[in-house]
Amino acid sequence: MKYVDEYRDGALARSIAAGIAREANPNRTYRLMEFCGGHTHAISRYGLEDLLPVNVRLIHGPGCPVCVLPMARVDMAIACSRLPEVTLAAYGDLMRVPGSGGLSLLKAKAEGADIRMVYSTLDAIRIAEAEPGREVVFFAIGFETTTPPTALAIRSAEKKGLKNFSILCNHVMTPPAMRAILDGASEGDATPVLIEGFIGPAHVSTVIGTHPYEPFARDDRKPVVIAGFEPLDVAQAILMLVRQINEGRAEVENQYIRAVTPSGNLKAQAEVAAVFETRESFEWRGLGFLPRSALKLRPEFAAYDAELRFGLAEALAKDNPACECGTILRGAKAPRACKLFGTVCTPDTPMGSCMVSPEGACAAHWTYGRFRERARADRRKEVA
Amino acid sequence: MNPEKPVRRKLDLKHGRVDLSHGAGGRAMGQLIEDIFLAAFDNAWLRAGNDQAAFDVAAGRMVMTTDAYVVSPIFFPGGDIGALAVNGTINDIAMAGARPLYLSASFIIEEGFPLADLKRVATSMGEASRAAGVPIVTGDTKVVERGKADKVFVSTAGVGVAPSGLVLTSDAARPGDVAIVSGTIGDHGVAVMSKRENLEFETEILSDTAALHGLVADMMAAAGPGLRVMRDPTRGGLAATLNELAHQSGVGFSIEEDAIPVRAEVVAACEFLGLDPLNVANEGKLVAIVAPEYAGVLLAAMKAHPLGAQSSVIGRAVEDANRFVEMRTAFGGGRIVDWLAGEQLPRIC
Repeated sequence: MKYVDEYRDGALARSIAAGIAREANPNRTYRLMEFCGGHTHAISRYGLEDLLPVNVRLIHGPGCPVCVLPMARVDMAIACSRLPEVTLAAYGDLMRVPGSGGLSLLKAKAEGADIRMVYSTLDAIRIAEAEPGREVVFFAIGFETTTPPTALAIRSAEKKGLKNFSILCNHVMTPPAMRAILDGASEGDATPVLIEGFIGPAHVSTVIGTHPYEPFARDDRKPVVIAGFEPLDVAQAILMLVRQINEGRAEVENQYIRAVTPSGNLKAQAEVAAVFETRESFEWRGLGFLPRSALKLRPEFAAYDAELRFGLAEALAKDNPACECGTILRGAKAPRACKLFGTVCTPDTPMGSCMVSPEGACAAHWTYGRFRERARADRRKEVA
Repeated sequence: MNPEKPVRRKLDLKHGRVDLSHGAGGRAMGQLIEDIFLAAFDNAWLRAGNDQAAFDVAAGRMVMTTDAYVVSPIFFPGGDIGALAVNGTINDIAMAGARPLYLSASFIIEEGFPLADLKRVATSMGEASRAAGVPIVTGDTKVVERGKADKVFVSTAGVGVAPSGLVLTSDAARPGDVAIVSGTIGDHGVAVMSKRENLEFETEILSDTAALHGLVADMMAAAGPGLRVMRDPTRGGLAATLNELAHQSGVGFSIEEDAIPVRAEVVAACEFLGLDPLNVANEGKLVAIVAPEYAGVLLAAMKAHPLGAQSSVIGRAVEDANRFVEMRTAFGGGRIVDWLAGEQLPRIC
């Protein structure tokens, strides 16, 4: 397939891998975090780590919107879906995310809540138009990539004069989460995370550009290479990071020049700014409450805010104490280190959010990586 | 008016709809069965008008299966729920190495379902059944209130006969055995999805729905003693089938992504839908696990059959206590091919 196969070419992959192997200093370790779940998925699906020297380690970051959604927000969506007048429209990925007491949207649906799986915000608008007697609530989640479509949906509802459409807003922002990881901010557990560089977001960066990452390079001395979601993109970004580290540079570099510009998509940014404002604080699964890290609707769009419209309050909700999603999302632990991984927590019966979305670190590792861990351990032994 | 012979109004096959009387056991039901099902499936057993079909039992091992079809939409590129039901049931019988003999079909119809659509489904079933040489010899019809079913659900059963002593079961794969797939994967799932509400996209892909018993007969003739197991990778796709075989046989599989035939259009559709062709349903393909010494003749026999022209050796069974299905990716790395968790696509067949 044109414009896809070129970025998955095995021969090219081997040549980039050879470059990484040649340039990586065998006497040190390179700990690189791919922030995005999209990267995690590509790395796992194409078996990219098999091509890397063992001292180049990839740490899976929290850039998976389903994974960072805290239990309290899932509970809120479930409570909302149980209101008799409400039809909750949600992405399929969200259906199995565990809420409190083993509940999920999927279970609430089976119990009779009117929950519809949709593919886009437009589907939710369509339902609202077709069923004026129902209160249609769109369960909005995601990073900067999915926020502009939600903003457009609000605009569209406004233009159409739709009175029965609102959103449960959970949109979050990437830079504050990267800041939190570097600062070690977390729920009481401040295990420092050793990260020497970031593979920067692909789609998020098409919207926000490269500028927002400058402080991480300038102030924290962490190189950032923005990379596309194809496996060759990731491989090349790794090579670029290894070079920066070797040369003592800390810069924001853009591997994904075919889509990302320094300033990003200004029109999308303007739409988002017109509809949303920053929340003072928002809870992230695994990272705790992060200041100015999420968005809510501006007061002039309050009519579309399901939280206000239905008086939904965030109740306190605690994750399973054994669940390590938090430390895994910060890159402080590997999925395998969690006691629940692969025992009671599998993609069929997820306990933690990292196991739910295919982009989650645990689900990706379970689905694609389990046997590879053995192979890599063997390779490490050989090297040692 | 002649009291001896009441005028019977014909079914309005153009604009008429199924109503509750069509399932009530009265004349309306009799007319529906006669004008639609008997007309489409016509054979001596049905014409006899009994509540069952009687036939002599052939010598050998009887093979029996049952299946239900709830696919949505009921008409899709390359097929419809009727053809799917006939072919799917035949395939379940054929995978045991058996010759399918007879089918049954039950219809659960939603009140208001257009008679024209029912006729179209029945006609397609009749055609598929005649093409396969496997008659539908008994059936049933129920009508439920609007909203209690979605258009029409079809439930089938099938019987067939296999040679005495032939046992093809899913626990029979052994390390070293060769895995062969009979053609391109993912066609059916993508064809159905392309017509899903809110998901419609333009594609040339047709469902691969087909009865595979002819192909199986050729395979049995060429490599019968070497065949361990056959399976049609329907829901869950090739990934689910290989995982089931791995678990039931207590082996792992090692497969090559490059060797798996996938149409470029299917790759493209999966790409933008975020799916993996390995998880997408097929309705006219099979996976055969064969002893290595028979792999060559089996592959040749499969390729010689029109439904197996694109057959390909995709890998081997290996010793693995974890029963993993491992794949060498085209990119050059390795990965696990797992079952898909949750429901990727409800109502694909």
